[in-house]
Amino acid sequence: MDIWLKRVFWAGGGLFFAIGIFGWFDRLSNGHLNTDYGSVIPWGLWVAAYVFFIGLSAGSFLISSLVYVFGVKRFESIGRIALFQALVTLTLALLSIWVDLGHMSRAFNVFAYPNFKSPMAWMIWLYTAYFALVAVELWFLLRRDLVVGARASGVRAKVYKVLSLGAKATSDESVNRDRKIVKVLATVGVPVAIMFHGGVGALFGVVAARPGWNSGLFPILFLLSALASGGALLMLVSAIFQGGYHRNSETIVALGRLVLGLLVLDVIFQASEWLVSGYGNVPGHVEGLKLIFSGPYWWVFWVWQLLLGTAIPIVILATKRGHSARWAAAAGGLIAVGFIGVRLNIVIPALATEEVVGLTSAVDNPRITTDYFPSVMEWAVTLGIVGLGLLMFGLGEYLLPNSSEEVSHVPA
Amino acid sequence: MERMNVFDALDCTTVLDDPPAEVHVPAPRSPDTGGKVDLDRRQFLDRLLATGATGLAAALAGGYVLGSTVAPVFASDPEVSTKHKFRYGMVIDTRRCVGCKACMAACKTENKTPPGVYYTVVVEDTRNSEFDRPLFMTKPCFHCEHPPCTKVCPVSATFKREQDGIVVIDYDRCIGCRYCITACPYGARYFDFGENYDITDSGGAWADVPSPEYNQYRVREDGESPIGNVRKCTFCLHLQDADGKYSREEGRWPACAKTCTGHAIHFGDLIDPESEVSRLLVERQAVRLKEELGTEPNVYYLL
Repeated sequence: MDIWLKRVFWAGGGLFFAIGIFGWFDRLSNGHLNTDYGSVIPWGLWVAAYVFFIGLSAGSFLISSLVYVFGVKRFESIGRIALFQALVTLTLALLSIWVDLGHMSRAFNVFAYPNFKSPMAWMIWLYTAYFALVAVELWFLLRRDLVVGARASGVRAKVYKVLSLGAKATSDESVNRDRKIVKVLATVGVPVAIMFHGGVGALFGVVAARPGWNSGLFPILFLLSALASGGALLMLVSAIFQGGYHRNSETIVALGRLVLGLLVLDVIFQASEWLVSGYGNVPGHVEGLKLIFSGPYWWVFWVWQLLLGTAIPIVILATKRGHSARWAAAAGGLIAVGFIGVRLNIVIPALATEEVVGLTSAVDNPRITTDYFPSVMEWAVTLGIVGLGLLMFGLGEYLLPNSSEEVSHVPA
Repeated sequence: MERMNVFDALDCTTVLDDPPAEVHVPAPRSPDTGGKVDLDRRQFLDRLLATGATGLAAALAGGYVLGSTVAPVFASDPEVSTKHKFRYGMVIDTRRCVGCKACMAACKTENKTPPGVYYTVVVEDTRNSEFDRPLFMTKPCFHCEHPPCTKVCPVSATFKREQDGIVVIDYDRCIGCRYCITACPYGARYFDFGENYDITDSGGAWADVPSPEYNQYRVREDGESPIGNVRKCTFCLHLQDADGKYSREEGRWPACAKTCTGHAIHFGDLIDPESEVSRLLVERQAVRLKEELGTEPNVYYLL
């Protein structure tokens, strides 16, 4: 990792994390008092952040499965970091949705009293399975390196010793066994990841009361955008870590082509959804679309989502620039950041319409309004979560076995 | 065009509110026990046995899980659900509504809801020109036959009571995810953010009296339910007697309907063909909102 990149990275992670402490302190001591959402728009930045992170996780997991299930050699060198990214972003997603709960201490109720008619219950149960699966798969992937590393001295060796959980074997047979286990776990993980992220799409899609969400395309659209955003972030991450763009340059360029295809597919699906729902001019459908295209936050769509997150990266990846790992990684970063705009536009505009005409003018209360802009506390909490993610990536790079130093773990 | 004199409808109600006891309940009623059912020894023993047996069965069939979190008010009393089944609903006459918002005030006073939580709101349709007569509409929870909100709750904290069709929320189980708010097509659900009116914050008589909601009399404290929960209209079910019945004469009647200055809000049992609400539905033209969603609200509007 380039020294300046490293500095920017740690400084950014540390700063965001520090801001986050303020936000979390406010959230934990004052509950939801200092949030800006209400009872008309009950979900805001945190839910959008959650959908964003969970998409990144599902996407990077599915890309890692290209290596561990389908044996795609080209992505071998970034298989581990893809899986690590899946674990980190999943953690961030769970934090984002946990902080959104009215009673954080009751999150366990979803296991104690599940209602399996609710897509939210499906999802949380599937996450739990997925979380365990990703953690175990990652452990088996790193096990031999942890055992070998634990034999040295120093801080890293101590960390390895703890993480190796007492495993000792380093023989070829043990490594072969690990590979087999990884393959099984990764294979099981593919349908789980598809189900839970399709499930997130379904969570929105099944809500008949919100025409902007109520579409059969939603689960599919979520899967596509997960793959595109997860792949895009992976381009950036593998340009920074594990040898960076010097070592991974060919992989990043190859990944860029895959992501370009996924992004174009995502745009086609999204355009199809909007064309069909907007054309009929049915008020419930059109109101949300109008907000996206020409509402007070029009720039989220036109500038953030379309220009920065879609048009510019497509131009970079589709032209000669895309053959340069640095440019491709920058495009990946733009796509990943652009998807935050996509997530905001999925969650909020569909909620920002009166369900019964006159509802918001019936009472004069800031919670009963179709206006929403995240409060300072909401931003701070979210930045804190992002900061934690950056620090986790940094620590992972610093502490975990580096794939540029290790022997291949990919099944033949 | 008026199809019926509205005052006639009102006059009917004074008669209908106190129907012959045999119409509603199987057992003879005694006036001096406050509407409670009088039983002879034999009946009492039979009933004790029946409840005892079901109670034991419930305890065996995972009773601990339910018993620990479901407050008594949520438990489906087998007696109530089999012997007296009600379908409470409202018929709201938009011709009689003057938009005074007394229902909102009465509801707030009865349930002591905090700022931002409204179990009913009066909406005014201003789409017509200023010369048109405005359309006012009070909008409580519709207690739908097929509530989309209860289905999406990940922890079954909100559900439709079998015995009377009232959609309730178990504040101790609700995790505050607000999925139900997104799923309700009528904006009937509100999140309690923990805000208070000055009168609550400053202490005194108002602050000292807890909300009678669900007969739970919860003291309002930071971070404690119902803060952090979703809240909604309960048809003032805390005013029901042990048989699940309301009584307008005794003042045990949903606060909004009781206070309505124009007599626009009619409340009652939709199963009982003789109830005021059932009669109004036969006699007048009623609509329900967003029928296309198949929710089948139990609140009707007369146009």
